[in-house]
Amino acid sequence: MNTALSTRPPEDDRRPGDLTFRELLRWIWRQVTSMRTALVLLLLLALAAIPGSVIPQEGVDALKTSNWQDDHPKLTPIYERLGLFSVYDSPWFSAIYILLMISLVGCIVPRTVHYWRGLRAQPPKAPRNLTRLPDHAAYTTTDAPDEILERARAALKRRRYRLIDGDDSISAERGYLREAGNLVFHLSVLVVLVGFALGGLFGYKGGVILLIGNDYGFANNLTQYDEFNPGSLFRADEMEPFSFKIDDFDVDWLTTGPRAGLARGFESHVTYQTSPDAPEKSYNLRVNHPLSIGDTDIFLIGHGYAPVITIRDGNGDVVTDGPTIFLPTSQSLQSIGVVKAPDANPTQIGLEGEFYPTVAFSKQTGSYYSLLGKPLDPMVSMLVYTGDLGMNDGTPQSVYSLDKSRTTMLTKKDGTPYRIDLREGESVELPDGLGTVSFDGLERWNKIQISQTPGKWIALAGVVLSLIGLLGSLFIRPRRVWVRARRDGDGTLVEVAALDRSGSGDVAAVVDELVEALQREDRS
Amino acid sequence: MTDAAWESLSNQAVAAAGLLYFLALLAHLVEWASLRKVPVAAGAVARDSVDIPGGVAVATGPEDAAVEGRVRRTALFGRLGYLITWMAVVVHLVALVARGMAADPNRVPWGNMYEFTLAGTFVVAALYVVLYRKLRLAWMAPIVLAFVLSVLMVAVIWLYSPVAPLTEALSSYWLVIHVVSAIVATGAFTLGGITSALYLVKARSLAKKGPQQAGYVARLPQPEALDRVSYRLHAFGFPVWTFAVLITGPIWAHQAWSSYWNWDPKEVWAFITWVVYAAYLHARTTAGWKGRNAAILALVGMATLWFNFIGINYFSSTSQHSYAGGAAQIEVVPQR
Ligand code: HEM
Repeated sequence: MNTALSTRPPEDDRRPGDLTFRELLRWIWRQVTSMRTALVLLLLLALAAIPGSVIPQEGVDALKTSNWQDDHPKLTPIYERLGLFSVYDSPWFSAIYILLMISLVGCIVPRTVHYWRGLRAQPPKAPRNLTRLPDHAAYTTTDAPDEILERARAALKRRRYRLIDGDDSISAERGYLREAGNLVFHLSVLVVLVGFALGGLFGYKGGVILLIGNDYGFANNLTQYDEFNPGSLFRADEMEPFSFKIDDFDVDWLTTGPRAGLARGFESHVTYQTSPDAPEKSYNLRVNHPLSIGDTDIFLIGHGYAPVITIRDGNGDVVTDGPTIFLPTSQSLQSIGVVKAPDANPTQIGLEGEFYPTVAFSKQTGSYYSLLGKPLDPMVSMLVYTGDLGMNDGTPQSVYSLDKSRTTMLTKKDGTPYRIDLREGESVELPDGLGTVSFDGLERWNKIQISQTPGKWIALAGVVLSLIGLLGSLFIRPRRVWVRARRDGDGTLVEVAALDRSGSGDVAAVVDELVEALQREDRS
Repeated sequence: MTDAAWESLSNQAVAAAGLLYFLALLAHLVEWASLRKVPVAAGAVARDSVDIPGGVAVATGPEDAAVEGRVRRTALFGRLGYLITWMAVVVHLVALVARGMAADPNRVPWGNMYEFTLAGTFVVAALYVVLYRKLRLAWMAPIVLAFVLSVLMVAVIWLYSPVAPLTEALSSYWLVIHVVSAIVATGAFTLGGITSALYLVKARSLAKKGPQQAGYVARLPQPEALDRVSYRLHAFGFPVWTFAVLITGPIWAHQAWSSYWNWDPKEVWAFITWVVYAAYLHARTTAGWKGRNAAILALVGMATLWFNFIGINYFSSTSQHSYAGGAAQIEVVPQR
């Protein structure tokens, strides 16, 4: 490379040190593809990955991220500009790995060409002075040189060296596959990246909370998802037309031991159709056992309760009924939720509170808590809000939160909050002729995650291939060995030398072992 | 045997293994202390070390009888220490197996931090005794034993938790493969890191004091030999780590959480560790980075590795890899 620079005809108007544009490009290319650059880029990549493990990431946990942003109003705009809430799609993170990939291609391509040419090359001739090499040995014997060389040839063949004869010497080489392994490894890194990128660009991941039972079901189209994270090149017509419902849900509760009260196993009995007119099939969906329909995978990732809370308004009309999904906040499935009755008369009613599958009272905190996740004694405990729930102006609202800005909380005469505590089957009449609330039953729901990850098999094939390449690259030891035998006075001077081309092997041992082999056959 | 009996057997075996490691450490300390009085050229440790250029070991006999006696005694203590370490490793294994038997249903003994630490230290110690001859690791004995002993003590004092069944996300055979390989790689990287640290110590002391030194450092193999041993340990650990973190980890994550790579903090740090060790392997073949810088990178790699294990479990609540937490909790509140 350097010679290319100096053999160019000098151009008159150039000061020394000036580069032509082409030379500059070449210089840049050489820098980018140098081992040192690769090394620095690798370290940069490691460094750049750190913030994403400290700052909550939008793509990983949206809720946590928005909570964090609410808590840090000053930092948030700065972080947002720096892309710190989605580090792994940020321009600077991408820049590092794209540079690394360019460097990798620039590195592999010439090496592959070089390797291809070198594949059929013969081992190089023995250097004049073998004892100059760092690892060598010499001894004298009475055997004839030809005999020694013949023996060496056999010994090296047995060790699978490629051989070539010189005048009074043998050159041997082995471990050609190491370089191939190294190239395969680096190439497969690219394959993995392609697979990973395909998943990120064309795939999607979505979630839905689905009630259990025959009355509820899910059909795979955008409108049915509670949350949906598509890749940037995702197309909705790629979605597969399946549908499913959850017939039944079993939980295996632990009743003894340190984790008593928690669940050990979950199982959802799912009935699904791969397309609207396909036959129904069933599947037992469990954690670690997703259901695959075509390219789409369906996972059970959570569960909870949906108490059936009915509100009758002041006129006696039923204004809400059916199950309300409560979201768990603890391992024993204490859950929070809201019930909204915008159509109630004389005024809109909103309930907000907690659900306890097995209720207990703590004297310490003076409040209810949930003892077990299993619904042995379910109770809801809610506060009542009246007024304008803010649902008429058309702005979308979360079904899990109540806009209390234009409401008033119902209080008792002494000013303390009016709280309704209902066990299953109970009902209570609200004061001031507002209506009644009853807790009529308990249903369950599953949180189902659905994802389509194209390219996952490419990524998997890539890593497996890279591992194979890596093994070759790390454990095949490329070596050159030379043996020279020539008359020296009465006897024969035998010289053996070896060179390890990976800079890691213990070639001294190779020399010793070969000398020993030559001498052992001496004696026999 | 009942589960409770298994559990107490496990606890007793941990205590016994700790005691044995301690005795082994004492034996090696006696060995090294008495070597102080022996000239570096002689002595039993040279036999075990790797610094024999060209492979021609010159057996220079000890000058006088006093030295000879000392040499014999040190060799005896060295062998004794190695033997006790072997016993400790076997008892340590019993502790692990009993821990798995104590759970109902029986399971692999790495469901929480305590068990993971128990298994990790076991692998460090086991790799050391197994590779002792092949890589001639005699010089490493006091360091490895001190390390294993202190980490084991930390586990017993701070991390202990009673036997409990696995949460469902953890009961998968991918867990077995994934965690075994992660632990094995962690063991190898830890031994490699110790070697690299000693490389730095040795190289520094050579640069400062020249070849005339005394004590433990003097008897360490030459820096080149330490570098080579370190490389071989890392070269073993790296593919195993690759397998654990980039193959079985994603497969398991895909089954349990629906996405094979989610940039979860634990995954991020496993990736960082992987990249740092890739940089280490590059550094060893890059002029200007060989030797000292490569050794430093190996130590950085080990730091990221242990930070991932300890730090992330304690400091990050976003990680889905909570060993103690329940499976299948809702993480996202949908907006509608
Ligand atoms: C994605 C980025 C890369 C990763 C993860 C990576 C990883 C590795 C690993 C693990 C090794 C050790 C295997 C061995 O010793 O043979 C290695 C070796 C090597 N890499 Fe990379 N590499 C990357 C990029 C590059 C680039 C850009 C270059 C070109 C400058 C490069 C050149 C080499 C060479 C020449 C070796 C062989 C070193 C030797 O002779 O031992 N690598 N790489």
